Amino acid sequence: MDKNTINEMDNVVVRFSGDSGDGMQLTGTLFSNLSAILGNEISTFPDFPSEIRAPLGTLGGVSGFQVHLGSSKIYTPGDDADVLVAMNPAALKVNIKSIKKTGIIIFDTDSFEKSDLAKAELLTDNPFEELGVSDATQLIPVALSSLTQKSLEGFGFDNKTILRSKNMFSLGLICWLFNRPIDKAIHFLENKFGKKPDILHANIKVLTDGFNYGNNLHLTVSTFQVDKSHDTPKGNYTSISGNKAAAWGLIAASQKSGLELFLGSYPITPATDIMQELALRKDMGVKVVQAEDEIAGVTSALGASFAGSLAATTTSGPGLALKAEAIGLAVMAELPLVIIDVMRGGPSTGLPTKTEQTDLLQALYGRNGESPVVVMAASTPDNCFHFAYMASKIALEYMTPVILLTDAFIGNGTSLWKLPTLAEMPEINPPYASSEMTDYRVTTRNEATKVRYWSVPGTEGLGHRNGGLEKDYFTGTISTDPKNHEKMVETRMQKVNNVSQIIPELKVEGNENAELLVIGWGGTQGHLMTAVNSINKKGGKIALAHFNYINPLPKNAIEVIKSYKKVVVCELNSGQFATFLRSEVSGVEFLQYNKVQGQPFTAAELEEHFSKL
Amino acid sequence: MINAEPTTIKYVAKDFKSDQYVRWCPGCGDYAVLNSLQKVMADLGVPPHQTAVISGIGCSSRLPYYISGYGFHSIHGRGAAVATGVKVANPKLSVWQITGDGDCLAIGGNHFIHSVRRNVDINVLLFNNQIYGLTKGQYSPTTKKGFVTKSSPFGTVERPFRPVELTFGARGTFFARLLDVDLKNSQTSIMAAAQHKGTSVVECLVNCVIFNDGAHGYLAEKENRADRLIMLEHGKPMIFGKEMNKGLMLEGFNLKVVTIGKNGITDKDIMVHDATNEDSTLQLKLAMMEGPEMPIAMGVIRDVVEETYDYAVEKQIADVQAKSKIKTFDDLIATCEHWEM
Repeated sequence: MDKNTINEMDNVVVRFSGDSGDGMQLTGTLFSNLSAILGNEISTFPDFPSEIRAPLGTLGGVSGFQVHLGSSKIYTPGDDADVLVAMNPAALKVNIKSIKKTGIIIFDTDSFEKSDLAKAELLTDNPFEELGVSDATQLIPVALSSLTQKSLEGFGFDNKTILRSKNMFSLGLICWLFNRPIDKAIHFLENKFGKKPDILHANIKVLTDGFNYGNNLHLTVSTFQVDKSHDTPKGNYTSISGNKAAAWGLIAASQKSGLELFLGSYPITPATDIMQELALRKDMGVKVVQAEDEIAGVTSALGASFAGSLAATTTSGPGLALKAEAIGLAVMAELPLVIIDVMRGGPSTGLPTKTEQTDLLQALYGRNGESPVVVMAASTPDNCFHFAYMASKIALEYMTPVILLTDAFIGNGTSLWKLPTLAEMPEINPPYASSEMTDYRVTTRNEATKVRYWSVPGTEGLGHRNGGLEKDYFTGTISTDPKNHEKMVETRMQKVNNVSQIIPELKVEGNENAELLVIGWGGTQGHLMTAVNSINKKGGKIALAHFNYINPLPKNAIEVIKSYKKVVVCELNSGQFATFLRSEVSGVEFLQYNKVQGQPFTAAELEEHFSKL
Repeated sequence: MINAEPTTIKYVAKDFKSDQYVRWCPGCGDYAVLNSLQKVMADLGVPPHQTAVISGIGCSSRLPYYISGYGFHSIHGRGAAVATGVKVANPKLSVWQITGDGDCLAIGGNHFIHSVRRNVDINVLLFNNQIYGLTKGQYSPTTKKGFVTKSSPFGTVERPFRPVELTFGARGTFFARLLDVDLKNSQTSIMAAAQHKGTSVVECLVNCVIFNDGAHGYLAEKENRADRLIMLEHGKPMIFGKEMNKGLMLEGFNLKVVTIGKNGITDKDIMVHDATNEDSTLQLKLAMMEGPEMPIAMGVIRDVVEETYDYAVEKQIADVQAKSKIKTFDDLIATCEHWEM
């Protein structure tokens, strides 16, 4: 390839990888944001270890950030990387299986000394040969550390501070490789380091030197060009992570409903970012109680709900288990409550930083007694906003706990987000009890919807006693009457089923004459859509029904499923949604495609599997 | 403490009685505390609809059903956390937490110490009968060592908690103790708790007539009561006894009982109770006194002023809002780094 060749690509995957402290997350974020500003579709995924700072250069400490850029619609952060930036041999070793054969590896020669190879548990002097890197892969050795040291000579920084900037050298190099002007990157740096002019100046210097180094590189490397996307609907965009989007969805619902937002929560990976984002938003009047444990997180939220707030709690699998009894109380007390579970690998502590869809049955059934709740799932980083908003709306309008499932993949990943306005969000109308209800009881309800009327402490004339004991349907007092209990069980179930009246019908995408229906739910949507589109592009006939609402199911779900000859349910667990569908839809043979590795699907593995069905 | 708007309506205890039939065992000590509470609520003048009574699970936790206004009978041990949520969500409400020795100190121990540490403005009535009543007679975290119960047929081998030590260990700002049958002190202590800003812990010594009858019999016995307990009152000398001639003095680091008029001791030598001293050392010594050598301390033992959690939460929000340019959700959205596509 000639030095000046430009490869025009529809989409490209870049993976930055190094030690946890190498600044790979920042480098990746800056690169994806400036690509988006230049009009690309983007999707990103950070992949980091649960150790905060594992020993330098070891396999356990490798932190990665993958960016997918496209000039047409992209749905995922991509499967294998076209370009890998490896800051040390451990990063190379960890990522070796996810680089395309014809890809490019940029690596820091200063970190490929004998001792570095030993830390990565490599046995020979040639890691590329040892790891079986293909001859078709281009290697670009760059002395990132020493070049950065040279770049910052005379700045008066100590060596440790200087080396912290080497990620900017690699970013400069990548900007050159992708024909990205660096002025946008400089603009981002100004926003980030504006208050530390020394650091800002140093970072800009290293970034610029990295870019120029690429420009003057004596090696022959072709650069990439990914054009502006024309598939993206016109509008104002930002890039947003699923966790931040979920936090903002709750804020939007609070503003729309006019209710104060209360979050009771306890730090847990990978959900903590939601609490941290909400703690920042005092300007929006958000009250955040960092509770003493998961149980106090949910019970303080339930107290706030009883007192008239829009109340939420955020957690991951182990936390959801601890909250189970309190969610049952919310079912019994018929109080609105939003529970966001950012799922991770389980059981027990499991794989705290990795993604899985293994909490579905826990969300549906993990409580004592007949305890129906609304269960829904977001499917992309940006739609965490919409579904957190809808979870709030449903909880408030149906006086019920709602469990919103997201996962580490979409929670930490980012995608483009078209900025909404509050005006365009649907109305939220909680069923307030009116002071004209002269005989108001805690169980007074709308007989059509079965929704209980909400009277908030402080309101004169509507005092009542709520609680976890069974209540008489009519008087609201404690009751152990057998028939009454059954009636109350049915009423609470009917109320949750009635939510199907306001949720959208299930949409099928893909080929209209498809015989094979792929079914997915939650955060796997991007990979499933990519695989289905790819098969159809090659002349296949396949369709995708992706679920965001699980309990209750969309009204047309059964009819849709029954209209296909073959149905395969794909999920990152051992078949939990398939199990649920079997209990809801009779006479259908549900095939399964499952993966429980703490990692998302790849579009390639899905495509391969679907082609065989 | 109550931030509700003052009212000119005069309430009587009956205004705080719900239409529910009280279902405790005949002779249960909880009846007396309920009556004292309703009387205090009436005297406070906070309307029933501005009152929220929160509980966990246990015999005493049924109490919210018997108070008019708003009540929430939640789940075992979690009353403190629920009450925290209620108070933070609406600081205008007068929030009461009703709990027992099992609910508060066993399953709910964590929530108890943390609500005390945060100093949430709630009034905690901790009904201590040293037994699990609702589950029919197992030992609790306050049951005396060696006591025979259904789950300790050979006597417990556990050391009990003393609620005051936990409260002070969690840096509590208010602690009072009352005896179910002593209505006058009960009302005084509950009223003081209601007027204290912050988490007010009132240890209510109640009798379980079925499973632990006479647990507090040493105090409850009317003829000797005056000699066996001391009613502490802030700013008053610590004098007690049938003839009001006994008092407390310090001897080295320890407290001792003296008789006024003997050995040249006059009432001027008797220590004056300071409930407002931030240093809780002496208050703890008082609260830990045991018979028969020493009188058992009743009344308001500690009552110090500290910022409450719910106030601090509101204040921080108000401070940020006063300075922030972000007033609406659309303002917030506009702060994103965004671009046209």
